[in-house]
Amino acid sequence: MAKVCFQMKGTAFTAVVMDLQAYSADLFRAQLKQKIDTAPQFFNASPLVLNLASFEGQLEDEQLEHIVAVCREEGLQPIACRGATPELRYTVMGLGLASLPAAKTRSSEIPAEPVQAKVKQVEPEQTVAEPAPVVRPSKVITKPVRSGQQVYAEGCDLIVMAAVSEGAEVLADGHIHVYGPLRGRALAGVKGDTNARVFCRQMEAELVSIAGYFVMNEKLRELCWKEPAHAFLEGESIQVAVI
Amino acid sequence: MAKIIVVTSGKGGVGKTTTSAAIATGLAMRGFKTVVIDFDVGLRNLDLIMGCERRVVYDFVNVIKKEATLNQALIKDKRTPGLFILPASQTRDKDALSMEGVQTVLENLAKDFEYIICDSPAGIEQGAQMALYFADEAIVVTNPEVSSVRDSDRIIGILQSKSLKAEQGGTVKEHLLLTRYNPERVASAEMLSVADVEDILAVPLLGVIPESEAVLKASNQGAPVILDQESEAGQAYLDAVSRLLGEDVKHRFLEVQKKGFLKRLLGGK
Ligand SMILES: Nc1ncnc2c1ncn2[C@@H]1O[C@H](COP(=O)(O)OP(=O)(O)OP(=O)(O)O)[C@@H](O)[C@H]1O
Ligand SMILES: [Mg+2]
Repeated sequence: MAKVCFQMKGTAFTAVVMDLQAYSADLFRAQLKQKIDTAPQFFNASPLVLNLASFEGQLEDEQLEHIVAVCREEGLQPIACRGATPELRYTVMGLGLASLPAAKTRSSEIPAEPVQAKVKQVEPEQTVAEPAPVVRPSKVITKPVRSGQQVYAEGCDLIVMAAVSEGAEVLADGHIHVYGPLRGRALAGVKGDTNARVFCRQMEAELVSIAGYFVMNEKLRELCWKEPAHAFLEGESIQVAVI
Repeated sequence: MAKIIVVTSGKGGVGKTTTSAAIATGLAMRGFKTVVIDFDVGLRNLDLIMGCERRVVYDFVNVIKKEATLNQALIKDKRTPGLFILPASQTRDKDALSMEGVQTVLENLAKDFEYIICDSPAGIEQGAQMALYFADEAIVVTNPEVSSVRDSDRIIGILQSKSLKAEQGGTVKEHLLLTRYNPERVASAEMLSVADVEDILAVPLLGVIPESEAVLKASNQGAPVILDQESEAGQAYLDAVSRLLGEDVKHRFLEVQKKGFLKRLLGGK
């Protein structure tokens, strides 16, 4: 057997999103510097997604090139553009960035987190301070999570008391519990918690993932289809067991 | 206060317009002053099924653009008293509707009518979202097959997150209407059963409309199938209207019909 060259994993990571609203060469650089000064460590080499969806007016090719150049000079790592007009897409690709569709409205339940909030978490005083135990209450969802919807429990567990449809996605930094049929995708420990687990009353998932490792539907069909089950990580492989 | 009911599905061609025409007619037959609005701008179908296409002078878009008054555009149904149709334009494009315009029209209609039925275009995009935005209730039309059920699931998600009701923290009341149901094909596992669809969508069942030639016949004649009370589809729509009005009616036409001796002899359906 040939040696395995790679393994593919799905993952979610934090990136800074810049919602570009207006543009002026001078103001842009000055304002960016100012922003970065509020939390230099946080912004240092931070992956950046440029969101053009809410830009007022028409952004020119050269302007976009300039914006990306300034971001790079200031130490950010632009990785993608979101919501670029068809005309701008070639420029986006020419800049070596991925072109993503405008923010999917599907994540309707999860308001985009303002960068400001993240900045706060990494303010030096806070990182040095004695880490107080933060207990966040679990996020509880009582209605079905429908196809195309996404629910994310940030910094806590997620409890869904209804079905998670095929085509729906539930994510949590902690554990996920689903008390209806789990037919969509469940991703626990998305920020890397390898102790996170997925529990469900009726396993019919498209995908179950823990800390980036995942099992697909075909495997689940063999192991515990339509049964109450839980999934946890052992080393680098996900174990799925009937409860 | 008028009740606004959207007839929606996600997937196209599943029977929204057929259902809008039938339910609106049924409500008017039960004595409620009802208007049915065609939100499918550019395609315009409802007036054909209601048999009033030759009487369309002004349409929904004209009213929104203030080129005509509501009274000029509303068409009084010739068969059923208390029933009015607000047709769509065939010539405009989809963007001709604006949210404020739709809101004004609905508010004006709400003063006069008890039920406002909105026939949604297919899809989950802007046109469909416009049709459902102001709804109090939704009839989700689904065919017993996987892609239709999946689309219905999506549109329910949108109903509960992007409608005015949802934005205000409430819920749009959901009704599941399974149409083009063919018990023989369910029995041979070519189609999903009522139980399968209910299990996936978890929405209260308003009715099951059997696949029926009467529907095509009715649309060719321009008379909503609910008026054909000989047909199973017509009866099933009557039952659905009763349930919509809160009555407890047993579901029919779910099982494969055992052909009677005479029917077998004559080979009839
Ligand atoms: N119960 C039924 N039995 C047989 N044929 C049906 C039935 N319901 C609808 N049809 C047929 O299916 C086709 C589509 O119906 P209809 O126009 O009502 O769907 P729609 O959802 O409004 O479509 P669109 O998405 O294009 O607006 C029509 O030809 C109609 O005659
Ligand atoms: Mg239609």
